[in-house]
Amino acid sequence: MGYSTELKNHLNEQHKFRVRLVFLILLVLTAFSALLGRFYFLQVYRYDYYQTLAENNRISIVPITPNRGLISDRNGIILAHNFFVYTLEITPSKTDDLQDTIAELGELVEISATDLKRFKKLRAQSHTFESIPIRTHLNEYEAAKFAVNRFRFPGVELKSRLFRHYPYGTLGTHGIGYISRINENDLKQLKENNQLSNYKGTEHIGKSGVEQAYEAELHGITGFQQVEIDADGRAVRVLSSASPTSGNNIVLSMDAKLQEIVEHEFAGRRGALVAIQPKTGEVLAMVSMPSFDANLFVDGIDYDNWNNLNNSPDKPLINRSLKGIYPPGSTFKPFVALAGLESGKRQPPFTISDPGYFMLPNSRHRYRDWKPSGHGAVDMRKAITVSCDTFFYGLAVELGIERLTDFVRHFGFGEKTNIDIQGELSGLLPTPAWKQKRFKQPWYMGETVIVGIGQGYTLVTPMQLAYATATLANNGKAIRPHLVNAIVDAKTNQVKMLPHTTADQLTLNAENLEIVKLGMMDVTRPGGTAAAVGANAGYDIAAKTGTAQVVGIKQNEKYNEKLIAERHRDHAWFIAYAPAEDPKIAIAVIVENGSHGGSTAGPIARKAMDYYLLGKVPVDPTVDPSTAPAPDSTVINAPEVEEEPHD
Amino acid sequence: MIRQWIGHFIRHIDSILLATVLMVLVVALMVLYSASGQSLLKVNAQLINIVVMMVVMLLVANTQPQHIERIALPAYLLGLTLLIAVALIGDISHGARRWLNLGITKIQPSELMKLAVPIMLAWYFSKRESMLRTADYVVAGVILLVPVLLIAKQPDLGTATLVFASGFYVIFLAGLSWKFIFGSAIAFGAALPILWSMLHDYQRRRVEILIDPSQDPLGAGYHIIQATIAIGSGGMTGKGWLNGTQSQLDFVPERTTDFIFAVFAEEFGLVGCSLLLLLFTIIIGRAFIIASQAKSTFARLLAGSIAATFFTYCFVNMGMVSGILPVVGIPLPLVSYGGTSLLTLGLSMGLLMSVQSHKRLVATD
Repeated sequence: MGYSTELKNHLNEQHKFRVRLVFLILLVLTAFSALLGRFYFLQVYRYDYYQTLAENNRISIVPITPNRGLISDRNGIILAHNFFVYTLEITPSKTDDLQDTIAELGELVEISATDLKRFKKLRAQSHTFESIPIRTHLNEYEAAKFAVNRFRFPGVELKSRLFRHYPYGTLGTHGIGYISRINENDLKQLKENNQLSNYKGTEHIGKSGVEQAYEAELHGITGFQQVEIDADGRAVRVLSSASPTSGNNIVLSMDAKLQEIVEHEFAGRRGALVAIQPKTGEVLAMVSMPSFDANLFVDGIDYDNWNNLNNSPDKPLINRSLKGIYPPGSTFKPFVALAGLESGKRQPPFTISDPGYFMLPNSRHRYRDWKPSGHGAVDMRKAITVSCDTFFYGLAVELGIERLTDFVRHFGFGEKTNIDIQGELSGLLPTPAWKQKRFKQPWYMGETVIVGIGQGYTLVTPMQLAYATATLANNGKAIRPHLVNAIVDAKTNQVKMLPHTTADQLTLNAENLEIVKLGMMDVTRPGGTAAAVGANAGYDIAAKTGTAQVVGIKQNEKYNEKLIAERHRDHAWFIAYAPAEDPKIAIAVIVENGSHGGSTAGPIARKAMDYYLLGKVPVDPTVDPSTAPAPDSTVINAPEVEEEPHD
Repeated sequence: MIRQWIGHFIRHIDSILLATVLMVLVVALMVLYSASGQSLLKVNAQLINIVVMMVVMLLVANTQPQHIERIALPAYLLGLTLLIAVALIGDISHGARRWLNLGITKIQPSELMKLAVPIMLAWYFSKRESMLRTADYVVAGVILLVPVLLIAKQPDLGTATLVFASGFYVIFLAGLSWKFIFGSAIAFGAALPILWSMLHDYQRRRVEILIDPSQDPLGAGYHIIQATIAIGSGGMTGKGWLNGTQSQLDFVPERTTDFIFAVFAEEFGLVGCSLLLLLFTIIIGRAFIIASQAKSTFARLLAGSIAATFFTYCFVNMGMVSGILPVVGIPLPLVSYGGTSLLTLGLSMGLLMSVQSHKRLVATD
């Protein structure tokens, strides 16, 4: 290209560029003219309108709170609902003299010391222009009495508010959860999730269980009214409005009756039970005993009740099924057994002769069997049936800790089950790498030995153990456990079933599985460790008992139940599924300080299975929807419960 | 000697640009004093930001455009790397992943891209000068869209839109065919109803609120309603400096940053608004003149893009505050409080001055 073409090109290009620039200049002029037009419209044409609005800033936006969704059990029994109550509320900045007002009010309706205490506490937390309840749950007579005398009380208003109520009080509280007043932390969370505007006017929020985990479904969408207000703050005219959308209803997988029967069967003992449908992961019962009354928390719990619950040595606030971690004890054996079979280390007709103890090579330490004289000739099936420690000590050593843990991890040990409510602990499946990191110590062979019988560092939650049992019952297919079956759309009444998700799929040799399952079935037959549990059942139960040590026993000491304080007795475990051929329910129960799984934990599981499989209801009293207790009319205030202050 | 040196240094300043910018800054400081509840602390902090901006502007004005051309690719690649780092390991705050924690300090790489993208594109087109083919526009599109998508994903739609605009202006000025522009506009318009039908209810609701905030008067709409009242009640001549009731009584949100224009409009009225628009128009007009006189492709594309982007900032901010555009978090250039925005503006103004004062050198290059 010659110089002149290049120059020509250059000029040509500059010309093209300038055409484009002119276009942009036109765009700028158009856009700025539009802005100018808008300013003229706002500042000249509609000046009077905005001038007035600004002068009084008299547009007020009033939120309309949506109804919270209901929670029901799998059969439609309502476990959480709402009802209207009259409350008397005071806006301190609008009263002439607060003390006088309260004293005069007290002559009209009863105001108790607790009411006053709560009022003081709430007042300290609020602005003077906010309206604070002085009395809740007014009856019709009291409400009418105040209405007539309303003119005497500036700044006091009678309001009708929706309250959450749990008709069965303590039933299944840990799973259902509860709602309580929104606190600073909740506000921060809501802001982060861009939900703040939807919570204008809402005072309560789910704090635990399903109420917390499904808050987004249950809450609904807040409506609003844009109103013009006069100088006294009274609404004169509604300018525009949108009605609220109620929260969606939730159908649990929980069977309230089953839950109730189990809670009753615990008969005051501490512990937990989780029952799962193996094929679906539906949690049929999630019991943690002792429980507590969720209604206490709805309007702020008072100091006395809070202290009682929080300081009780029985720790009722802890959800033991998700947060209680215990050594699995012998309930771990079926899973170790399967590891042995699948790895090829223990194939029939492998048999040991049990002298009543196990010794590592080059060591004189005796790992004792629970039966000092030993079980004689023991094969895999019998090892499970009689819970032979010696057999599993040797198996664990031969498998090695890593192969053992790698295998059982597929059953969910050492990991959260990812159930659909929050707060779950993951238990512990110890490995040499873990021990090095945690204690900066090497792994010892002796530690492998005791992992074989579920002792040592191994820890599980009842939920994990129920999940593992369900996975075993389901031939290695692990379904994520969940408490919620379906969500019912508040507007359309459309039922959205939540999907069952497969968390893990182990391919297991059918013959190996059969050996373990037969061993577990023998447990509830004559000669097994829980023969009494299976007696006259009418269906086959596959089960395993277990004991979790609370206090260590020295090498030459004997564990004597009667000499040990109740709190230091061993915890009793029992896992089971039934019917053994076609499992419909899988259970893990722990009874704290219950000593023997077969005698204390087993019977609870049996009652649960009898009800679920045969519809048998124990003769003892049961909760019936028709005899639901009336809403508790004493209303309580108010240390804000941030969270259960322990873990 | 020193006088000579200074003389050499300030020779590169464009007096029209500087004078107009300074006028806007004086107004800005007055409004900031009022909007901050008469806080000298905030005004002082902003003064320091302005000094930094001026120093940066002078330094860049003294840099030859060829030198800037040389850093185009490295700056772009650095920005892109940082954006990817943000996507992978960035800090989350308010639900978005925008910041990169360097241990000592946190940076927001998307800011860098506001200039790195147009510089990169201007450089690319100047390299391909006189042999431009359709494929070049495709490459340019990729250069533009990769960072824009990364920023949009953070999510930071405001910045993504601006980075897109600044890059698009370069491509537009480089001669992107009208057919393509109108074609995609029509295609987009046609696709809208289909896209709309694919959205979930709640997603539609979000878009509706973005377009018309008055549908959510408890949340996003509250800002707009109050800002509109502030502007409207300003009237022809305004309520007077420090006398805006809406602003002084806390009704106007974010009133030192994104919504500062509402404070200005309430206190200075339509007269003030018109004058401010005039000052902005002078800055933009001057920038366009610099672009049209520039002698190299790189310089003219960059200057044109800076001018148009500056306009976009002004228009989107004032449009959003006065309620004709959706709310996106964009400051009003030179007026809103904040160091980052001023720093970027210092760079931009410096680049314009550099283009203007080095045009002879470039021409004989």
